[in-house]
Amino acid sequence: MDFNDTPEEAAYRAKARAWLEQNAPRESVGGDDLEGGTKDTMAASKAWQAEKAAAGYAQITWPKEWGGAGGTPVQQVIFNAEEGKFPVPPNPFAIGLGMCVPTVMAFADDETKKRFVGPALRGEEIWCQLFSEPSGGSDVAAARTKAVRADDGSGDWIISGQKVWTTGAQFSSFGIVICRTEPDAPKHKGLTMFWVDMSDPGIEVRPIHQMSGGSGFNEVFFTNVRVPDSQRLGAINDGWKVSLVTLMNERLAVGGPSGAGWAEFLEAARSIAGPDGAPVLKDQVIREKLADWYVQTEGLKHTRNRTMTALSRGQTPGPESSIGKVVSALLLQDVGNTAVEMLDQYGIISDPALSPLKGAFHAALMSSPGLRIAGGTDEILKNIIAERVLGLPGDIRVDKDVAFKDLPTGR
Amino acid sequence: MNFDFSDDQKHLAGEARRFLEANCSTAAVRKVLDDDKKAFDEKLWKAVAEQGWLGAAIPEEHGGLGLGHLELCVIAEELGRAVAPIPFASTVYFLAEAVMLAGSDAQKAALLPKIAAGEVVGCVATSEGPGTVSAANLQASVSGGKLTGTKLPVTDGDIATHALVLAKENGQPGLFLVELGGGVKREPLQTLDPTRDAARLTFSGASAERLGAAGEGFALLEQVTDRAAVLLAFEQTGGADRCLEMAKAYALERYAFGRVIASYQAIKHKLADIYVKNELARSNAYYGAWALNTNAPELPVAASAARIAASEAYWFAAKENIQTHGGIGFTWEVDAHLFYRRSRQLALVAGAPRVWKERLVSHLERRNAA
Repeated sequence: MDFNDTPEEAAYRAKARAWLEQNAPRESVGGDDLEGGTKDTMAASKAWQAEKAAAGYAQITWPKEWGGAGGTPVQQVIFNAEEGKFPVPPNPFAIGLGMCVPTVMAFADDETKKRFVGPALRGEEIWCQLFSEPSGGSDVAAARTKAVRADDGSGDWIISGQKVWTTGAQFSSFGIVICRTEPDAPKHKGLTMFWVDMSDPGIEVRPIHQMSGGSGFNEVFFTNVRVPDSQRLGAINDGWKVSLVTLMNERLAVGGPSGAGWAEFLEAARSIAGPDGAPVLKDQVIREKLADWYVQTEGLKHTRNRTMTALSRGQTPGPESSIGKVVSALLLQDVGNTAVEMLDQYGIISDPALSPLKGAFHAALMSSPGLRIAGGTDEILKNIIAERVLGLPGDIRVDKDVAFKDLPTGR
Repeated sequence: MNFDFSDDQKHLAGEARRFLEANCSTAAVRKVLDDDKKAFDEKLWKAVAEQGWLGAAIPEEHGGLGLGHLELCVIAEELGRAVAPIPFASTVYFLAEAVMLAGSDAQKAALLPKIAAGEVVGCVATSEGPGTVSAANLQASVSGGKLTGTKLPVTDGDIATHALVLAKENGQPGLFLVELGGGVKREPLQTLDPTRDAARLTFSGASAERLGAAGEGFALLEQVTDRAAVLLAFEQTGGADRCLEMAKAYALERYAFGRVIASYQAIKHKLADIYVKNELARSNAYYGAWALNTNAPELPVAASAARIAASEAYWFAAKENIQTHGGIGFTWEVDAHLFYRRSRQLALVAGAPRVWKERLVSHLERRNAA
């Protein structure tokens, strides 16, 4: 048992490190990585992605014929770790390359694949995933956005409806959209997937003003958007199966370090006064919380090390990797809130110029509710652990064998 | 990255599990639980000695198998799963570790082969009453090599041949090795976990040999306890996993309102919560195992994290296992309370979680300032 690279891994790390030393930017352009950056950071993100693609570091596990390096998952993890040591720009390509483009690669014809894979890999074209709707977030199969055949015999489809929580839609050239094509069939059996050109005049993107102040997510409105049948991904009414290919990677794609963890809290608590005048760090309640946070943070870190070990040994990682987000999101919320309370009355001040760590704890407090929802809510993730890891039965469903149009709906 | 046990170590774990399934069923554990006169399972103790487990981490020159602490960790996990009613932790994690760490060559030669053979049973005598023992309240004292004082509770104090005793000598705390013969009175105690022995030991002039330097008693005890904490964390993780398995099995066969209770989210989310805590405990225990096996400077922090995570995971799993069972889980006949009891025994025997949290944060406070 050790934390050492195998000789092959060490050689790869050295090579990646040397390339990054030569090529990685030295100055941060800012931007929230969780939301993939802003319009001000987009040019830097695209330039960095193009450099990585040219050197074979964009999608390391993809086959060489598609512009990857034909590498292993461990190599990708090693590169990510080394890249993370440099102030690289935000990554607005993760959803496209991790979820949308693999779906296109799995279901589109060769011509379509050739047209889209390269530009996506080089960061020239960003893709978004148009799944969630006002009527269904966790329940993706409840999608109501409809696609109907044009009545001119062309075989084209006309798409109308609304999507929501679409990350990066405002920067995207293309998207994949799941649509209702058969409302008389049960909900999972009447969906079809298409790819769409986001510059279509019938598509309107409106940024959502989040409670955290940012606007990384969007509402996307479809008004009579005409798409040819050649843009269909998978069979008609088979869109649910197609969406499962897309969603397979979602849990792994969300998350990451925050800059507002136990260590930052401990440092801040050294110099902030508690009720008795002594530093808050001497408060026993605070010390117990610090211990709990440390144990959870280390537990997650070493769980990742276990996953990495399985990959390194060429094995499939165990189910333990499924615990990450359900622990880290709540942890971030608790650290953020305890830090704010530690400041006592002063805690309401969120101005980065006045609050500790340039407002990082306040930012954590305000963004953590989103983290607990995005990419699978805490509740859905616990269902997944219960059903897929522990093998407990799924919920008794009242919506499986009923025509979609006959299902009760609320707001 | 190689942060997992080797195939050989996993094979050993499998062997240990099969052995304990055959020799330490909960029916066997209950023979100790239900018989006030039975302090431990002597037959199992002998069998475990024959397997070589007592000497797994003891060097071959001292009669052990000379394997290593990683092997001991996988055995510990299986003993925890089986709620084994034997003085393994007292003897192997504490006494053997203390002797290997601070014993003289003569003490090692005298004790380690007997530990490996199952002829010596250890115990740790530090606590003297309610609350945490410290230099400020420590009463037991050694003068002219003779120990006086009262210790309680002492796990396995009734059956031990040797004790590690915290006592003052010339006003300075020390850790002493005491062969339990003359000059000691033993009185059994009623405890939360009757599957493990405990006693009050009253010393009146028992011979005591100091381990380590004068005045270093608490520092040495901390070193020994850090090592024991990692091994105990594996026992606790094993017990917690067994609770999850029991809860899951019951939830899948029990019907309420026309369906198995495992189909209700209230139960599914509860079991998912247990799983998450158990995995966090396991990952922290692995890091502790690495630190223990390599004698890393990170050991005190790693051991604290392993201890805290495992104590809390076992507690949560044990109490929610009973809850998942409902009324039947509250009966003496169902095994759930064996784990509930053991989770308390293991969480307190080497210091309560809140004591370890304080210890962890003190370490972090100093480390991060450096």
